[in-house]
Amino acid sequence: MKSSTLPSPAKTGGPALEVEGLCVDLRTPSGTVRAVDGVGFSVRKGRTLALLGESGCGKSMTALSIAGLLDPTAEVTGGSVKVAGTDVLRLGRAGRRKLAGPVLSIVFQDALTALNPVQPVGRQLAEPFRIHRGLSRRDAREKAVELMTRVGIPEPRLRARAYPHQFSGGMRQRLLIAMAVALDPDVLIADEPTTALDVTVQAQIMRLLRDLQTERDMALVLITHDLAVVAQRADDVVVMYAGNVVETGPVAEVFSRPRHPYTKGLLDSVPEHAVRGRPLPAVPGSPPELSAVPSGCVFQARCPLAGQRCAGERPPLLSVGAARSAACHFSEELDRV
Amino acid sequence: MSETPLTATAADPRADGSATPPPLLEVRGVTKSFGHGRRRLTALDGVDVRVERGETLGLVGESGCGKSTLARVVLGLERPDSGTVRFDGTDPFTLKGKELPAWRRRVQMVFQDPFASLNARMSAADLIGEPWRTHRDIVPTAPARERRVRELLSLVGLRESDAHRYPNEFSGGQRQRIGIARALALDPDLIVCDEPVSALDLSVQAQVLNVLSELRERLGVSYVFISHDLSVVRHVSDRVTVMYLGKVIEHGPTEDVFDRPLHPYTAALMSAAPTLDVSGRERDEEIQLRGEIPSPYDIPSGCRFRTRCWKSEARCAEVAPPVVVRDGTADTGQEPHEGLCHFPLGTGPMEA
Repeated sequence: MKSSTLPSPAKTGGPALEVEGLCVDLRTPSGTVRAVDGVGFSVRKGRTLALLGESGCGKSMTALSIAGLLDPTAEVTGGSVKVAGTDVLRLGRAGRRKLAGPVLSIVFQDALTALNPVQPVGRQLAEPFRIHRGLSRRDAREKAVELMTRVGIPEPRLRARAYPHQFSGGMRQRLLIAMAVALDPDVLIADEPTTALDVTVQAQIMRLLRDLQTERDMALVLITHDLAVVAQRADDVVVMYAGNVVETGPVAEVFSRPRHPYTKGLLDSVPEHAVRGRPLPAVPGSPPELSAVPSGCVFQARCPLAGQRCAGERPPLLSVGAARSAACHFSEELDRV
Repeated sequence: MSETPLTATAADPRADGSATPPPLLEVRGVTKSFGHGRRRLTALDGVDVRVERGETLGLVGESGCGKSTLARVVLGLERPDSGTVRFDGTDPFTLKGKELPAWRRRVQMVFQDPFASLNARMSAADLIGEPWRTHRDIVPTAPARERRVRELLSLVGLRESDAHRYPNEFSGGQRQRIGIARALALDPDLIVCDEPVSALDLSVQAQVLNVLSELRERLGVSYVFISHDLSVVRHVSDRVTVMYLGKVIEHGPTEDVFDRPLHPYTAALMSAAPTLDVSGRERDEEIQLRGEIPSPYDIPSGCRFRTRCWKSEARCAEVAPPVVVRDGTADTGQEPHEGLCHFPLGTGPMEA
């Protein structure tokens, strides 16, 4: 199936993507703030890892640093991102560009801004084949039509000549996915791929992603704020809060028995579990501003378990069972809340 | 409904003997289209909706289904082409002179995006008190206004000291509370909430939903609750109306609609919405719909859902679907559960 021209060590086993101690600083008018603070995780091929968190938690920033697409106001200040064994943070522009597409690629949230509005979609889809594989115009175009067929765009040959605005939201998302998987990457990052879509279309897109992932044996990093999407579609989850990883583990275990009060609070506040007419068990307060993240535990201000120790000492991410870890001084006491 | 709203109009038993007052809101056969000539977009096509006092009606449907147009009709911002709107028995579109603002006061709105819907240059107190500049007699004096702002702030769970802060000093959840306080400033009977928590962080959504249901208990206010999030709708609504391409295709008590949907579209919507249940992963019974919503400029003949429906047959293209009523619920006097379909789901022996 694979026809990539680049050798890819990840095919020999081991994680396809390995992030360690990633730190990202953000320059703001009022000073530098840390947006991502020591984030680490790894994904193997064929597996789906969800980066779960609310807006501002650093999940998209993490994704953009992996893809090398950070805004100039943001800067990676530490850590490593190993894709197929090489630390991409140490690569130059040319080196990164070689990886973008055949090894690592990304699907963005907003398909309308991610596509070029003044170029027919067929030409945009053919571009990776022209650049990375040096195919002729005609061959690349054939490939583009093939891809459009694969992601379920009706009448692909005709539609290849259409412009992005002539497609519906769901179809545009399909086009973006097609472009991302064009060169059979090892790692696919999907940043909130269905947020702007209607539920029935959302389900179609998630299914397409899953099918492509199985078919091409990709490692999928799913960035989302939607607990239900994580529950349904991911194997492992990394829960982020205020730039930090607060809990990780297999989804089934984390969701049935969370070991961090934030994860538990999120799960409890979903109406699905609540009794109608009763107040929802809400997490009080709101996430801290990045400029005002407390020195101790990042969640202390909203935590029902917070004690003296939490104010002074940031809890490290420690193992709380097989393949699970949590960053809480009191994770053992969580069941009693 | 446990208590009468502060500003309730006397529920006068009518002379003809029927003791029940008219519903708070009754929309019947409302049609609304935009554009002209051949390029005519039908946003609403014979829509019926009813909201009782103190009740929450959930309005569900995907983009383009007409739910926002319906909200605008309910708010009196859009005059229907045909059909009737009755608010507490009167047609708001016939009101003239002073009656019109008096009616407008009773129907208010909470918007989706608290970052876009609040004027950044007005303090919380100004924002909440702004409606009184139009409706002068509600809270007539300055000291009374100040007092009322403080009351409203605490009603939505903000501090009195927040009155003089500006929107940029508040988080998303707090801003939405200001939006709610502002809607409450005129003591409305009905609040239309258009996706009131979709723009909020997950951990904050529950707080705002709690504020809304608390207000309903305390003030007896009714809601039309528009949302794409089915778990939220299920939690807050007494009854649910499902719309598709400008038509109500199913409505009924929340539990009935969610647990035993009549219309294939409702069933698909429920099954498409991911749930938190980790044991039910990779559900194979998930209903996968074909394609996307057709253009509202070009609505399919017969049943408008047939182009995406797995049950559709020739009849669906030829004949408009009939109203199916499910009277399965044992307790009598129960709200009817109705769907619009030739081949409704789970109708048991009738299915043959």
